[in-house]
Amino acid sequence: MIIPYITKKMIPFIQLYALYVIAHGDLGPGGGFQGGVIFGASIILHILVFGMEKTKRLFPLKIMDFFGSLGVLIYSLIGLLCIYFGGSMLEYTKLPFKDPHLAAHLGIFGIEVGVAITVSAVMVVFIFDIARKKG
Amino acid sequence: MAIDIFLLFFLVVFAFYAVYARNLLVSVIILSAFSMVMTIVWTRLNAVDVAFTEAAVGAGVSTIIFLAALSRTKETEEKVKKGKFDIYSLITLFIVILTGSVLIYGTFDMYGFGDIDTPINNVLAPRYIYGSMAELGIKNFVTSILAAYRGYDTLGETTVIFTAGVAVVILLRRKELD
Repeated sequence: MIIPYITKKMIPFIQLYALYVIAHGDLGPGGGFQGGVIFGASIILHILVFGMEKTKRLFPLKIMDFFGSLGVLIYSLIGLLCIYFGGSMLEYTKLPFKDPHLAAHLGIFGIEVGVAITVSAVMVVFIFDIARKKG
Repeated sequence: MAIDIFLLFFLVVFAFYAVYARNLLVSVIILSAFSMVMTIVWTRLNAVDVAFTEAAVGAGVSTIIFLAALSRTKETEEKVKKGKFDIYSLITLFIVILTGSVLIYGTFDMYGFGDIDTPINNVLAPRYIYGSMAELGIKNFVTSILAAYRGYDTLGETTVIFTAGVAVVILLRRKELD
């Protein structure tokens, strides 16, 4: 009774904190990996409290698989974009923005988001596939 | 200084307990406590990013993954039969002691902790600390090292996580059986 209620109230705050950590990677401690892990942990908390079946309805396995590969794709595409605009791989300052600092900021934010998507999705896939239902 | 020795003592106790506990569930929980103490150690070393990761991954998610793995096995460890003490175990003991002494001998050449005269602290660290703000405008230079100066490595790490996910899916996903 108490645990599902508290969990329902807590999960939005955990996810908000995860997004904060991802977005402030270049200002304070944390970044894509840590934020992604926290976001994945919020979904794992949902699994622990409400069971696999309910969570699978909210976060279908196929979508999690898709996001797991989407993050790496975003990361490498940003790297290739830097080559396209005349820099080296992942040389963010060459991205076409007015200010090279702004370009670096946005480029790093982009890859942080990519890392976060992959990490959080793969964490959830781990739990879905490793844990076994007790029959 | 006293708290460092206190933390080290706790780390050793937790590590021994995790290895020697017969109940695997107890081992997993003790490992989680170990990670929690490591978080404090990283914070005391001013490595806040690492402490953050240790708290999220070590104490949080890896505990859950171990618990999930426990659902596929028994809760208590099997008793291992003790083998005879023969020439092979003597050779093994000799090799282990030799390797350990060589490793300890290697640490004599290492620089002191936080030594200001090392090449690392004189050449590489200032380059990153001052270059991060000038070249990239990123205030947290840990992030600028991770994402920009060592961006290739981080891409590799992300690919490793992705590959681990793919491996788990290939090995363990069974549609009909579960």
